[in-house]
Amino acid sequence: MEWSALVQYVLTGITQGAIYALLAVGFNLVYSATGIINFAQGEFVMLGGMLAVTCYSFLHLPLWLSAILPIGVVMLVGAGIHQLAIRPLRHAHLVTLIMATVGLSVALRGLAKVLWGADSYPLPAFSNVDPVALAGASVDPQSLWVMGVAAVTGTALTLFFRYSLTGRAMTACAARPLAACLAGIRVERMNMWAFALAGGVGAIAGAVLAPIALPSFDVGTSLALKGFCAAILGGIGNNAGALLGGLLVGLLESLGAGYISSGYKDAIAFLVLLIVLVLRPQGLLNVTMRRDES
Amino acid sequence: MFTMIRRLTLLTLSLAALALLAGCPAKVTPVTPTPPQGVASGEPIKIGAILSVTGAAGAPLGTPEKNTALMVQDLINQAGGIQNRPVQVIVEDDQSDNTQAATAAKKLIESDKVCAVIGPSLSGTTLAVVDTFEKAEIPLISLAASVKITQPVKKWIFSTAQPDTIAVTRLYSYMKTQGLRKLGVIYDSNAFGKSGLEALQSQASSAGMEIVASESFESKDTDMTTQLTKLKGAQPEAIVCWGTNPGPAIVAKNVKTLQIKVPVFMSHGVSNQKFIELSGPAADGIIFPSGRILVASLLPETDQQKLVLLEYTKFYEEKYRQLPDHFGGHAWDAMRMLQQVMNVSGDEPAAIREGLETKIKDFVGISGIFSLSPTDHNGLTQDAFVMVTVKQGQWALAE
Amino acid sequence: MSRGWGLVLFAVAALAFGLLVRGPYYLNIAVFICIHGLVALGLGLLMGGAGQISLGHAGFYGLGAYASAILTTRWGVNPWLAMGLGALATGLVAALVGMPTLRLRGHYLAMGTLGLGAIIQIVFNQADQITEGPSGITAIPYLSIAGLPLSTDHRFFFLVWPLLLGAMLLGGNLLDSRLGRALRALGENEGAAAAAGVDVPRAKLAVFVLSAVFASVAGSLYAHYLTYVSPSPFGFAFSIQLLVMVILGGEKSLWGPLVGAGVLTVLHQVLAGAAHQFPFFDGLETVAYGVILVLFLIFRPQGLAAPLRKPVSTSPPGPFPGAEREPVPQASSPAAEIAALPSDGSEPAAPGVKP
Repeated sequence: MEWSALVQYVLTGITQGAIYALLAVGFNLVYSATGIINFAQGEFVMLGGMLAVTCYSFLHLPLWLSAILPIGVVMLVGAGIHQLAIRPLRHAHLVTLIMATVGLSVALRGLAKVLWGADSYPLPAFSNVDPVALAGASVDPQSLWVMGVAAVTGTALTLFFRYSLTGRAMTACAARPLAACLAGIRVERMNMWAFALAGGVGAIAGAVLAPIALPSFDVGTSLALKGFCAAILGGIGNNAGALLGGLLVGLLESLGAGYISSGYKDAIAFLVLLIVLVLRPQGLLNVTMRRDES
Repeated sequence: MFTMIRRLTLLTLSLAALALLAGCPAKVTPVTPTPPQGVASGEPIKIGAILSVTGAAGAPLGTPEKNTALMVQDLINQAGGIQNRPVQVIVEDDQSDNTQAATAAKKLIESDKVCAVIGPSLSGTTLAVVDTFEKAEIPLISLAASVKITQPVKKWIFSTAQPDTIAVTRLYSYMKTQGLRKLGVIYDSNAFGKSGLEALQSQASSAGMEIVASESFESKDTDMTTQLTKLKGAQPEAIVCWGTNPGPAIVAKNVKTLQIKVPVFMSHGVSNQKFIELSGPAADGIIFPSGRILVASLLPETDQQKLVLLEYTKFYEEKYRQLPDHFGGHAWDAMRMLQQVMNVSGDEPAAIREGLETKIKDFVGISGIFSLSPTDHNGLTQDAFVMVTVKQGQWALAE
Repeated sequence: MSRGWGLVLFAVAALAFGLLVRGPYYLNIAVFICIHGLVALGLGLLMGGAGQISLGHAGFYGLGAYASAILTTRWGVNPWLAMGLGALATGLVAALVGMPTLRLRGHYLAMGTLGLGAIIQIVFNQADQITEGPSGITAIPYLSIAGLPLSTDHRFFFLVWPLLLGAMLLGGNLLDSRLGRALRALGENEGAAAAAGVDVPRAKLAVFVLSAVFASVAGSLYAHYLTYVSPSPFGFAFSIQLLVMVILGGEKSLWGPLVGAGVLTVLHQVLAGAAHQFPFFDGLETVAYGVILVLFLIFRPQGLAAPLRKPVSTSPPGPFPGAEREPVPQASSPAAEIAALPSDGSEPAAPGVKP
């Protein structure tokens, strides 16, 4: 019993962690390009889930299409947000920009409440098979989907940034906006791409999570908080760090609930965040250390 | 330069729009119910409603409550109003926020001069306004269930929601007939779940039950397998889950994933069609105490409440094209109680309070049969609940 | 001196409002504007003065509220003493989190306070034996002055606005003091400020602790006003709302946070009123709230209260680590602004900060 319980906790932790990692990657995409903490990231996830449900249950599209279609839609939402609210503010304070994303997240949540009401919605699991037994524990097949999708998305983004022209241009913008601009890269366009990609990653997370999480209009907020925690833990802006941070938060939560207290499981994750900030403030995987010169 | 001008124009426009909005006085008269010819004329009787129409915690409750309150308003007016005066329900949305609830209470009392208020929807928002209503001496009929609302009895505060304590009493007496003694409890860490846990714990020993483990989850958690694995390790004879959607649906699914074989009981928090929809096949076999509204059509003809339940269902379905739930039922009961009292006592707050306390006896409502008294401002017993289960995706009576 | 006149004007307006308005609804809104204004003022000092962000101020607000609630209902402590003890405890907690994170350059404080705020709310929710869990603590006693309980909105309003005025005086003096000028300097250029002999971490810590204390006092006021506390108002959402208040009003102006608190609080009411007036608008309040917020930011990125002061610099208070943004060309240079700061004449401008 003891071992199988541990295996179960770890599997649950990895599944949750994969979701947080996807959230963290979404935060990173916008952050590295623009320096903005995008508070609408959780709403991207919510939209992904709700749109998938809408496509499947109300438009009666096939499940695979219902999961993929929202990605494009939310990418458009992300790009739209950049064009309508972020671009006009490009000369403002960074904090003002961050507050604009807060306003947008409120508006998106309100809109979702109008469109879908306050209810949660179900979506069938992607593959209709029995739970998989593993070393005395059992895993929901959808959890395997979550882990797989997170891994594929992470790899795809890494390849995108390393080998594609757009990806490399975005990397350049993130590193030195002025230099990138001088090299002929259109920084604003790259920023728009960052928002679109963040929307896409959010929608992927939302759709793959929907059969497990039963999305409602307000599902984004708490996910975003934990995703942000994961991003900081891993070192904000660092995508390998996002993966590590996500898994860490997921495992802390699950093992914390299993061995310490289910009531305080979230507090444990945040406590570790505080400790990491004191000991290694740049995050687990970031190398640059900015100590005060004084 | 052009962008500058465009910006200024837009700024002016948005300011103008805002000024327009600000121009609307806060104490606007909502769409006055049009009285049918020949009946209900004169100064309308104003009843306030503080409901959580938006906000994460309360929206699933506040929306049917608002629908029901407005529907009953229309029904009363179509039937000639109260003492030949039309009724006007003024709904304030507290956004599931204590601070907003307090402001809404003061607005209704001061600006709208209401004679009684129904709501708020949640225990927290109710407790945040209790003091205001006690001081203003306006009767408040809360739609929330916490025992703190009606115990100790507060002079001006009533409630039409079934308290968790009687739900637990009902559940335990059923479990006893099934010979189940050792429970593992999993509960939402919000007010509903915690208050359920407290009731389960405090009644356990007198009912001969033993709680071998209890674990909590957050309302927005997406996976409860860890907590369930822990419960499974404590080897209970039954699992009790206390929470509101979507948490319990996730619990139901996780129970199936983990292949836990013991029977699963839940609370009246899942007493809605949504639960079956969310859980799918995982809902089968789950048993819980529920208000009768869920199973109105299954009740025997002898059931005292059946008539009023079918009446409410019919009106609600006609108007909103969906089935009513017990949250809306709390609003129905509160409105109908007010109607009954005010038909006799008029619209003086003190007379209404007095009437609620003394004249509501064997009142057949949606949530049960109420008998209010100076020592009981809720007036329900465990008979307010029936045990309900799910069979092949359909509700069924468990006994 | 314009700030002095502004405060006098505020006092006169508040006095007139308190004397003329007797209805609890409008007074209630005014009380909440003052309470939120007090928290926002502290956060504004932190953001405008030290260029740091807190994502957990709702937690400090909650600590004050719960300290008052627990001490008065459980141990019968005098409410004023409870308020003081709450402020002290909150200041200590803030110092504990601030000390390690403020040693570093960049927005580590924001991340630390995010975690702290989350933990505080979880503890409120889970530590049932002390906090009574999610259903909260009821029957918190009223504050009283010389035996007179502040049990009505009217009496309470006459407590909160003078308190807010006092806090603003304190904040204004702080900005004018040697420490204030040091803070301004480090807000503009931390390296230069350090080079000029400003003990940067200590200055930042001082203003952070002060802002947490302001939040705690506001929380105590909230508890004694509503006589009920539960965990839900003290979460991440309120921390963010506070940030919005400060940014909306303008963090560089002493008045900004109060203006932001006022606009947001009134906006809620106006939108609710509009929903009553126009049935089609019913349900769209939240959407409108978000959109109006973004519009305000687009058209007044420097804050609504900015014109109440002389032209301000619009350079960012210091970007997040790794995000280098070019400051906007500006009319007055930061140094010119420091030089132009009102000084009581006794102290020279911070040495070494030259144009």
